[in-house]
Amino acid sequence: MAEVLVLVDHTDGQVKKTTAELLTIAREIGTPSAVFVGSNVDAARPRLAQFGAEKVYVVDNPDVTGYLVAPLAEALATIAEQAQPAAILLPTTAHYKEAAGRLAIKLNSGVITDATGVEVADGAVNVLKQAFAASYTTRSKVTQGTPIITVKPNVTAPTAAQASATPVPVEVTVSDAAKGAKITETKPKEKSGRPELTEAAIVVSGGRGTSGDFSPVEALADTLGAAVGASRAAVDAGWYPHSNQVGQTGKQVSPQLYVAAGISGAIQHRAGMQTSKTIVAINKDEEAPIFELVDFGVVGDLFQVLPQATEAIKSAKNG
Amino acid sequence: MNIVVCVKYVPDAQSDRTFSDDKTTDRAGVDGLLSELDEYAVEEALKLVEAGEGEVTVVTIGPDEAAEAVKKALQMGADKGVHISDDAIHGSDAVATSLLLAEAIKKIGQPDLILTGMGSTDGLMNIVPTMVAERLGLPAVTLVSSLEVNGSTVTGRRDGDTASETIEASLPALVSVTDQTNEPRYPSFKGIMAAKKKPVETWSLGDLGVDAGQVGLNNAWVQVESFEARPPREQGQVVTDEGDGGTKLAEFLSTHKFV
Ligand SMILES: Cc1cc2nc3c(=O)[nH]c(=O)nc-3n(C[C@H](O)[C@H](O)[C@H](O)COP(=O)(O)OP(=O)(O)OC[C@H]3O[C@@H](n4cnc5c(N)ncnc54)[C@H](O)[C@@H]3O)c2cc1C
Repeated sequence: MAEVLVLVDHTDGQVKKTTAELLTIAREIGTPSAVFVGSNVDAARPRLAQFGAEKVYVVDNPDVTGYLVAPLAEALATIAEQAQPAAILLPTTAHYKEAAGRLAIKLNSGVITDATGVEVADGAVNVLKQAFAASYTTRSKVTQGTPIITVKPNVTAPTAAQASATPVPVEVTVSDAAKGAKITETKPKEKSGRPELTEAAIVVSGGRGTSGDFSPVEALADTLGAAVGASRAAVDAGWYPHSNQVGQTGKQVSPQLYVAAGISGAIQHRAGMQTSKTIVAINKDEEAPIFELVDFGVVGDLFQVLPQATEAIKSAKNG
Repeated sequence: MNIVVCVKYVPDAQSDRTFSDDKTTDRAGVDGLLSELDEYAVEEALKLVEAGEGEVTVVTIGPDEAAEAVKKALQMGADKGVHISDDAIHGSDAVATSLLLAEAIKKIGQPDLILTGMGSTDGLMNIVPTMVAERLGLPAVTLVSSLEVNGSTVTGRRDGDTASETIEASLPALVSVTDQTNEPRYPSFKGIMAAKKKPVETWSLGDLGVDAGQVGLNNAWVQVESFEARPPREQGQVVTDEGDGGTKLAEFLSTHKFV
């Protein structure tokens, strides 16, 4: 069976859940080979093996990580030429999407980003994705070259299938041309201690209706073990970081539960949350469009409703 | 400094966007406009040129109506426009679009800077800018929320999830800007009048030297097989808070096992 390349998303060898999901999908297409870029591959191998990676291509070269995506695309192209894979799967992040784009040009191949499902039938790889603020689902496929697909988090439940995860070191010489966009400074952000927005099972978001006070939103999020999101109005006002923005120009999330507090439900916000399984809204205005989407809604003041709900959940937990 | 800004004419997100029978984006049945995300790129280009010297050229690919996107950018203050229009282009995917843009930029004459928005509001793949840079062999400083040009160096700040990064490249380079970058101006009356006299060239595939077999729906690298409207969500329960709204919310969450 042909190899399927899966680019590993990791921090210093700590493999993210999305990688297990991608390996699970890759097993339906062919034999998964992980591509590990960075150092500390030994920390990652057990998990890559657990989810079925037969090989792990290891690219440990500082030139690949110190610049924006061009060197990464070169490394992936080198591996693809060697492995002749049936498909190349990458996580859906801004960074990896761009690597996929450069790779598509190098390999003269089609690319599909933001997949919400991958179906394999008779060797053909069909990709589901959302269109027009998630009001449509399309099914498409790559018809030229090697399918390059970036897959969103949570599109499949990872299942284990032990394999050997044999390391295959790859020498890449990064061309000077690819070293054009240099990362000269990296300021790590403070960790909130909450789950990552795009991977969280529950997201509680606040909008302009918070008037800048996110504490009731955060308190509810913490009792539910949820990530915190924000509308663009809240982000533009400087109340919450842009990395927490949900919507067309923020994150697209699809959790089990999405709670929108003080958010009107503009089309650009919906684009980021309307595929959530269950949607709950709290809004003062009974005419707010967000109520068209909800499974449960409360017309009321979030400063009353959220703390009361948080207290009730806390006492239910303790009782 | 000469800047080329790539812009796209898109269906208005406020209207009922859908697909045509050939599974491409329906552009006939809905109002279109210059993608709002491209306004940030136009604004940034204008600011850079106003602070120094040079020219801003906007380029778009699309059917006749797409000229509106060029017009809007000219009204904002861009100097000239290029509209790539050819029936054979209909249905082109990201790979083909990047080819056309790269060829157009070569024909315009290698600029110092290519600016784009972070993505189009219809396709939202966010990858065409990088693909154009790849084809032109240029560095791409993408998704920046602020940028600065000093001599022949462009520096951008990217506000990522885990870190805020500073990225540097030598010109010529491509830069894509987010909607956090600036506040795009509205065309002034003077700008609207002046735009009428600004030069706009329309180029066909032949003008670009691109073969029709490399673009268009039938030659796309990705084919859409089918599309399906999301079923409307079932109308849920909405209660009015009468002092117990939070309690009811908590009950809903526990019944549905979120607690
Ligand atoms: C190109 C483009 C991209 C965009 N991208 C995004 C995006 O990614 N994400 C996004 O969110 N938006 C995006 N927008 C903006 C979007 O159009 C809306 O402007 C934005 O979502 C509004 O945010 P909001 O709902 O918080 O504010 P508003 O629309 O002002 O709504 C505030 C709501 O809070 C309610 N409220 C007020 N006080 C209270 C209270 N005490 N208790 C309960 N409810 C209260 C009000 O009734 C109202 O419904 C984009 C726009 C454009 C043009």
